[in-house]
Parts: sequence; C-alpha cells; structure tokens
Amino acid sequence: MDAVRDRYPEHFRRFGPQRLPMIVVASAMLALLLYGMEVLGFFDGKLLSGMGRLVEIAGLMMPPDPGSWAHARAYGMALIETVAIALLGTLSAAILALPVGLLAARNVTAQRIVRFLARRSLDTIRSVDILIWALIWINVVGLGPFAGALAIMTSDIGSFGKLFSEAIEAADRKPVEGIASAGGSHFMGIRFGILPEVFPVLASQVLYYFESNTRSATIIGIVGAGGIGLHLAEAIRTLELQQTSFIILMILVTVAAIDLVSSQLRFAMIGRRAGPGK
Amino acid sequence: MAAYDASVRSRRWHTLLMVACVAAAMLLASISAEVSPVKFLENIHRFPSYIIRLFYLENGQPVWTDFGEWFWGLGRWLRLLSETLLMAYVGTLLGALAASCLAFLGAANVAPARWVRLVVRRFCELCRTVPELVFALLFVIAFGLGPMAGVLAVAIHTLGALGKLFAEVVENIDMKPVEGVSSTGAAWHVAMRFGALPQVMSNFVSYALLRFEINVRGAAVMGFVGAGGIGQDLIEAIRKFYYSDVSAILVMILLTVAVIDSLTSLLRHRLIGLEGKN
Repeated sequence: MDAVRDRYPEHFRRFGPQRLPMIVVASAMLALLLYGMEVLGFFDGKLLSGMGRLVEIAGLMMPPDPGSWAHARAYGMALIETVAIALLGTLSAAILALPVGLLAARNVTAQRIVRFLARRSLDTIRSVDILIWALIWINVVGLGPFAGALAIMTSDIGSFGKLFSEAIEAADRKPVEGIASAGGSHFMGIRFGILPEVFPVLASQVLYYFESNTRSATIIGIVGAGGIGLHLAEAIRTLELQQTSFIILMILVTVAAIDLVSSQLRFAMIGRRAGPGK
Repeated sequence: MAAYDASVRSRRWHTLLMVACVAAAMLLASISAEVSPVKFLENIHRFPSYIIRLFYLENGQPVWTDFGEWFWGLGRWLRLLSETLLMAYVGTLLGALAASCLAFLGAANVAPARWVRLVVRRFCELCRTVPELVFALLFVIAFGLGPMAGVLAVAIHTLGALGKLFAEVVENIDMKPVEGVSSTGAAWHVAMRFGALPQVMSNFVSYALLRFEINVRGAAVMGFVGAGGIGQDLIEAIRKFYYSDVSAILVMILLTVAVIDSLTSLLRHRLIGLEGKN
C-alpha cells in the first residue's frame, strides 16, 4: 500500500489542487444558503413551532371528509369545471399557436425579422405566470371560469408556439422538396409536406399539456378565475381541514385519471418510445 | 385507383370523426366553463386597452417620459425581488439536496429494498402533484405570513419533481463501478458515494439549474397567497388598479427571469462541455 502511495501521491491527497475550485464553489453556495435562510427567517425559532403546528394540521386533516353531501356535490361540479377550463384552454391555445409556430420556424418563415418578432413575443408570453394572466383576464371578462380558460389559453400559446416551432424545424426536408419539385407552392409544401409529418408530435404535446393544465386549473381559482381552487382556498382559510384534504384527494385522483388517459392516447399515437417534449 | 379512393375515404372518415369528437368535447367544456361569445366580444376591446393603459402614468403621460415616476418604488421592489430570488435559491437547493438523497432510495437498480422504493416514489408523486400554491396556503397557516412558507412550498415541490428525475438518472448509470465498490465489502452508502454519485453529479446539477429557472417564476407568485416575495406588491397593484406599478413590476420580473435563464443556460452548457472533455 505504501509503495502505491509513493508512486501515485496525487491520488492520495485529500484536497488536491484539482478539487480546489469545487470546494470553493460548494462553500460559496453553502454560505449563500445559510445567509438566505437567515434573511428569510429560518432561524427565528418560527421553524420549530411551525413544524409542530404542521404536524397538528396534518393530524386534523385525517380522515378526508367533505362535511355534507351538498359540499361533495359542489366540489364535484367545481372539479368538472376545472377539467373543462383545462380542456378549453389547451385546445384553443393549440389552434391559435399553430400559425405562430409556423411563423417562428426556420424552415417555413424565411424572413428573419418575422421569425425574431414571433419568438420574442412567445418568450414574453411564457415569462408571465399563468396566475398573472388570470388576474389580467379577470379585469377584462370578469370573475369566473371563462377568465381561467382564457388565462390557460394565453399562457399555453407561448409554450405551444415554441414547442411547435421546434417540432416543425425538426421535420424532414425531403417531402417539402418533393412537393416543390412537382410545382407545388410554398403553402402546399407546408400543408402536404410538413403538417402530416409533425401532426402526431404536436398532438402528443397537446395531450401532455392537457394533464399539466388540469393541475394549473386547480390553482387559478385561488385568484377567482373559476374551478375547484376557490373552494380549496376557502376551505384552507377557514381551517376546514378535513374538507381541504378531501378536495386535495379529489384533485389527485382526477389528475391521475387524466394522466392515465392522456398517456394511453399519446402512446397509441406515437409509440411507446417518445417521451414528453421531445 | 378504386382502392386508393377507398383508403383516402376511410382516412377522411377517421379525421372527420376525430374532429367531431374534439369539437363535441370543446362544446361541452364551454358550457361548463360559462363561455359566452357575446360577453367575450363585448369585452375583448378591453384587453388591448388594459395592456396599453398599463404603460400610462397617473397623470396621463406614457411611462417612458418619466422613469423616476414609473419606478417610484424601485428600492422596495428591488428588495422584494432579491427576496424572491433568495426564496427560489434556498428552496431549490434544499429540495435538490433532499431529492438527491431520495433518488438513490427510489431508483430501481440500487434501492436497498422494494418497499423503500415504493414509499419514496409515492411520496415524490404526492409532493409533485399537489400544486405549490396549495402547499404555500397550508404553510402560511402553520408558519405565519412571510417568505418562509413560500420557501418551504418551493422546496417540497422541487423535492417531488427532482426526486423523480434524479431517480431516473440513477437508473441509467453503469452498474459496474457500484458492483466494484460493493465487492470490496463497502457498505451501501459508500458504494453510492464512490460508485454512483460521480456518474450522476453533472446531470443532477443540470436538472437542478433548470428547476431553479422554474422556481424563480414560481417564487414570484408566492406573494399572491401571502408567502413572501414580489408577488404581494404585484397582486395589490393589479387589484387596486395601480396601472403603471403593474407594468413596472412586470418589467422587473421579466428582466430578472430573462437574465436568470441566460445565466443558467450558459452554466449548463459549460457543464455539458466539461463532461465531454473528461
């Protein structure tokens, strides 16, 4: 062992010069973490008492119970509304995002300035959170599920536009060239050369987003844009904890069911190998 | 030719049937989501006018004529913005550290026991499926109003999302180094540290950086439910119709998100480059 140690001293040093940058970065990150926890109030003793209360709250949430039959019915209706919001927002976003995605794709739009503008506006739309869109639409069409559907639509146009344009750019060039060589116009090249090829990919992305939008739709109710979120926020704020856990359970079951259905549909469409967002 | 016509006709029928199904689903959803085209058309002009109104000051001048007036609360907003960033940082790091421990327990190839793996998987699923804001609402009750509730909500959600991704990374490693370390009689945690961790480290960091981008956006709306950060001022400005404040805060959030996105993507590309060199 000592002979090996003598021959390769660099492998036996605990903190060689090679590891120095790693150590500096790690300790800087740790220092920032501790500083952040200090600033955000982790060390005021609130953490421990809060943990105690959290355990208490978790105990009070058991067993899940809607309280009364009327409550359960109202939650069920709100959940259907939530799914409706997600479906409507996702589908209308997909329809509106297709032309924008074409404008932002390199192999469709030759003008660099159009492409640049399309991409920047998509980026801006995506950077604004769905809850902020919900608040803006509430100002336009009033409180209610309609504002929620519009918020999901707006925020998804940003995501779909980007994903669609990437899928379109990844499409094979040969069908388009074939159509061009047969005398087809640019529009025909898009319609018969690109769209048939990318459609399954786009549809699978839409299905994938439908599931994640159901999750988003459960929270936009917190700001008043319809769906189950309103009931959930109310139940939490009035400390009806058994109802809270009942609603959360309902959401989990619904999301799981939609996940199952949408992934079955996706696999049927594109085969088992392709994952989400690829 | 007749066979060709028949096949085209059957495909047409399929497409038509699918379109009809989607249209029916959208119709049902619009009834449930209280969509009214009349209300939409009556109010749609308010959307652009609301957006334009955001860029006018109280005195009727466009915002860019008087930057001092537009960003009157710059000091306060910068402080809240840095609090938001700190929340995202602490939440991401705590969540990622916990997730990187859980990942080894939840990966099919290295998990110490089957039941451990199942428990870890279900736990991550629960953390991921319940929306961040719902956790924030619950934590606000337990820990009081303030950024700590937001940080913990971000951390829990990050734990769920990264736990799944990290476990998948661990499942894809080369098992030979792990077997080599185990064959020397090393304990499980030593085998993980020297056999598995070096293989997954760069992927872990890359996923954690991606998550950080998402969490900056998430932390920005935590204030909507009183869980700290810039969201508190934003929702107040939107609800009280302080138009120019809304645009000022939104511009600041968008700029911050853009800067963070480009910084993390720079870091991730350098990380991938480092991996290629070794």
